[in-house]
Amino acid sequence: MGFPDRIERVVEIAHSPAKVWAAITTAEGLGTWFGNDAEIDLRPGGTARLTWTGGHAADLRIERVEEPTAFAYTWHIEGLPDNDPRRTYVEFTLEPVGAGTRLTVVESGFAQAPEDVRRKSFDGNTQGWAAELGELVEYLDAA
Amino acid sequence: MPPETEAVAERVFVALADPSRRSLLAALAEGGPATATDLANRLPITRQAIAKHLALLTEAGLVTAEPGERRRVRYRLQSAPMRVAQQFLAALARDWDGPLGALTDYLDKT
Repeated sequence: MGFPDRIERVVEIAHSPAKVWAAITTAEGLGTWFGNDAEIDLRPGGTARLTWTGGHAADLRIERVEEPTAFAYTWHIEGLPDNDPRRTYVEFTLEPVGAGTRLTVVESGFAQAPEDVRRKSFDGNTQGWAAELGELVEYLDAA
Repeated sequence: MPPETEAVAERVFVALADPSRRSLLAALAEGGPATATDLANRLPITRQAIAKHLALLTEAGLVTAEPGERRRVRYRLQSAPMRVAQQFLAALARDWDGPLGALTDYLDKT
């Protein structure tokens, strides 16, 4: 099947790395192109919050700040509970190309294996009840 | 990633591919643990088909059978495999093209 663990996108932007850097690491930039509003404490270990009109918000935990080449954070995986410890890692890297910038975004960690899945799915009472289930199936088949 | 994680997601998608199994899972999610008889009363599915689907769902780890009153087995939805499948879908549904297009537009305007 192939479980997608990472997403990568590359865009060539006709603006300098300094300008792209400002757009992806300042509240003004992030609150304009990404969210509708943003706050950021730009340092490794700092946090940022993006908010959208309509009430949706995203909390970022900043991991890398290497101006003007690398910016990375982790954030919540859509669909998991808000307090779930599994988060994806998003890394922006900027390379100068002529007068512009090649911006690469990699988001990884979609395929993190939750520990509790193996515990809940593969042991416990599932096997113990297989016999009972067999009886039920026989009962229903006979009914 | 352990190989069984992929197998878990695959079982979820196989389970969800069938409309009767989707109804059973939806009924267990909505109303909590239930016996095959309860489910047969609530859903337009024959008892034989319910037994067959519950056996498959149990085998797949998506529901667990547990003892109820008078030896009647109750089925309980297991959410953990659903969360694995959700992670697969999260990667497919993640949109970076939209935000990166917006970033490019923003930079062109400033």
